[in-house]
Amino acid sequence: MKNILVVEDSESTRSMMKAVIEDLGEDYLVFEAGTGFEALKLLPAEAFSLIITDINMPDINGIELISFVKSTPQYRGIPVIIVSTEGSEEDRRRGLALGAEAYITKPFKPEDLQEKIRVVLSP
Amino acid sequence: MSSSKKEFISEAEELLGEAERYLIELQEASGAEVDPDTVNALFRSIHTLKGISGLFGLEGLKDLSHALEEILDSLRLGEMEITDETLGFLLKNIDILKGLLKEADEGKSSDVSAYLEDIKEFRKGTAGRGGDKQLGDLIDEAILGVLSSYEEQRLKANLRRNRGIFTVSAVFSLEDFDKKLSALTEKIKREGELISTLPTSEDVPQDSIGFKILFASDKDADALKADLGMNTVRLAGKETGRRDSQAAAPSLKSISTTVRVDIEKLDRILNTIGDIALTKGALKRIEQELAETYGHSDLVFDIHRATQSLEKRLLELQQQVLEVRMVPIGQIFSRLAQIVRRYSREIGKPVELKVFGEETELDKFIAEEIVDPLMHIVRNAIDHGIESPEERKAEGKPEKGTVTVRAFQRGNSVVVEIEDDGRGVDTEKIKRKAVEKGMISEGTDLDDTELIGLIFRAGFSTKEKVTEVSGRGVGMDVVKERISSIGGYVDVKTERGAYTRFSLTIPITLAVIKSLLVKVGAHTYAMPLSSIVETLAVDGDALQSIEGKSVYNLRGELLPVMPVADFFEAGSDGGVEGGYIVVSGYGERRVGLVVDELIGGQEIVVKSLGAYFDGLKGFAGVAEIGRHNVILVIDVEGLTDEILLRHKGLLHV
Repeated sequence: MKNILVVEDSESTRSMMKAVIEDLGEDYLVFEAGTGFEALKLLPAEAFSLIITDINMPDINGIELISFVKSTPQYRGIPVIIVSTEGSEEDRRRGLALGAEAYITKPFKPEDLQEKIRVVLSP
Repeated sequence: MSSSKKEFISEAEELLGEAERYLIELQEASGAEVDPDTVNALFRSIHTLKGISGLFGLEGLKDLSHALEEILDSLRLGEMEITDETLGFLLKNIDILKGLLKEADEGKSSDVSAYLEDIKEFRKGTAGRGGDKQLGDLIDEAILGVLSSYEEQRLKANLRRNRGIFTVSAVFSLEDFDKKLSALTEKIKREGELISTLPTSEDVPQDSIGFKILFASDKDADALKADLGMNTVRLAGKETGRRDSQAAAPSLKSISTTVRVDIEKLDRILNTIGDIALTKGALKRIEQELAETYGHSDLVFDIHRATQSLEKRLLELQQQVLEVRMVPIGQIFSRLAQIVRRYSREIGKPVELKVFGEETELDKFIAEEIVDPLMHIVRNAIDHGIESPEERKAEGKPEKGTVTVRAFQRGNSVVVEIEDDGRGVDTEKIKRKAVEKGMISEGTDLDDTELIGLIFRAGFSTKEKVTEVSGRGVGMDVVKERISSIGGYVDVKTERGAYTRFSLTIPITLAVIKSLLVKVGAHTYAMPLSSIVETLAVDGDALQSIEGKSVYNLRGELLPVMPVADFFEAGSDGGVEGGYIVVSGYGERRVGLVVDELIGGQEIVVKSLGAYFDGLKGFAGVAEIGRHNVILVIDVEGLTDEILLRHKGLLHV
């Protein structure tokens, strides 16, 4: 079972991403966080195989979340995919510099996201 | 239209409404200092709109919101001035976006190139500033590296205005950090501008989370310390007043006195205490024998005092270990939120979860034991309790259902209530189903409480179709068993069309309970003393048999009785031959359980039967007596229910 944490404040984007990920197969389980705080609460509660996070969010943003994940020993190993948008290239760069594994730019095709996830999760 | 598209339209509408409100707020504040939070929130609404429009392939909406986003980005980064003219222009464009959204809803799309031209025109003549100081010289690179570009711009803007840049560190428990952090950031916002909130796990205990908050203020460290009640560290910027020499020591020390201990280690300590208690029992027996043999000499009295003191200290020790095992119930509530969100979407019923009393503490083991029952009840509430949005609308209820979970302490127990504002329990339906399943006979007269009680019986499910959500092979019977295995009980209150409320009353700690050890056949069992009213030797004259059911004349009142062996052994005839009657329950629920022998009192720590024995009825758990002797604890409440049902003429076990 692969637990995937999707951190995204737009509800429709989140449910779209959830559907796309669950399309990958039955052993993908999506946990949703609508804010960075929710993500911080979920992190210790479940064992995640992957985190997919937006950059612009209320409370703490994606960059801050990535910095937290990558500086915390028990979460450091969880790969992170940044969902960035046109115009947020600078933040994407910062996220990758902090240790995020990959990024995908909105808008993306469902296959693009699935492919990214496969690549990041492949051993 | 697909439901996700519907979702998109409503979210987009919300975003535009938000953006409009922010713009109006900014117009009204005209002249006063602009609140950067409002500008940033405005930017975020349009930014999100751009993102989702792209995802749903609405190019016009995407392009126009992208163009507007660029203006808003310049505004929030301070590259462009916020004027009435700008705000008016933006409001006009929000209206255009609304129009485009309406068209998208109707499946149309129109050309936006003219609007884009306008925006381009508008932007002409506005030029970005430049020539910022090198931030790296002023602020530690380690901090700069984790700022988003917007945060970095705000940092620069504040430095330009000659404000000081400070950090403050705080550590909160994972359970409630959001509330506590919000309270702190509110305070900080009164001192200046909050720039970034960085979560950190460095030097932080496991169940906690640390935050480093970066903010700008006109005040000096002393004044900030007085206002915030916390030490701040100046990173850069204006220096007024004297330097605070204390400032560089964020208070992480106080929390490092906490240690984390594996629950198993505490279990081992409890077991050792149990062993010592047995030794104490042996000492007491020796004391008694000495008293019988040598009379009450001084030496016997000394031993008596020593064992008394040992007993008292042992109880204290037990209590202290149990206290160490306490955790806030919020630890398990946070998992519920996830379940609610997931299931409410899966079955298409919008449901809001409200949670109260997260800080209520209870034993770690008990907290873990109630997770599954709690999840089950919550799923059940969403699945069976809450009506579909259409039904709710028709009944004048808000379309979104509410599940409220509340925890509070009541005496030695924690009460967890799970309430939904759904359709309530249909007792008629329960009755029909129970008759169908042969659980009761057609004519059985049961009141509402008794009927509702039937849902806790094995093999009962009123929903014709087993749904994905609550039909996972566990029923309410398992919920009840699990709760009673930790010494708790479940209560249901309901009103048709209004609500259903499950109350779980559970002990705060794995209490060491006083129990009565009894013998049935060759086996020794424990019965919790709390559910026992009295014990009597069976007096043959007082026993009667009515329609094959045994009753006992207890001081003029007929007490339904049944041998405990009947529950556990097939082919028993219900007849009572001799032995002892253990009376349990009060008023109408008073019954007698017949056992062969009474052994005596014993303090026990009840543990759950575990997954292997999930199907085992009639037992509340197991208890260790000494190091290697494990006995079963009889579920007196459960057996009482059975006796009452059987004596009511119910057909089936």
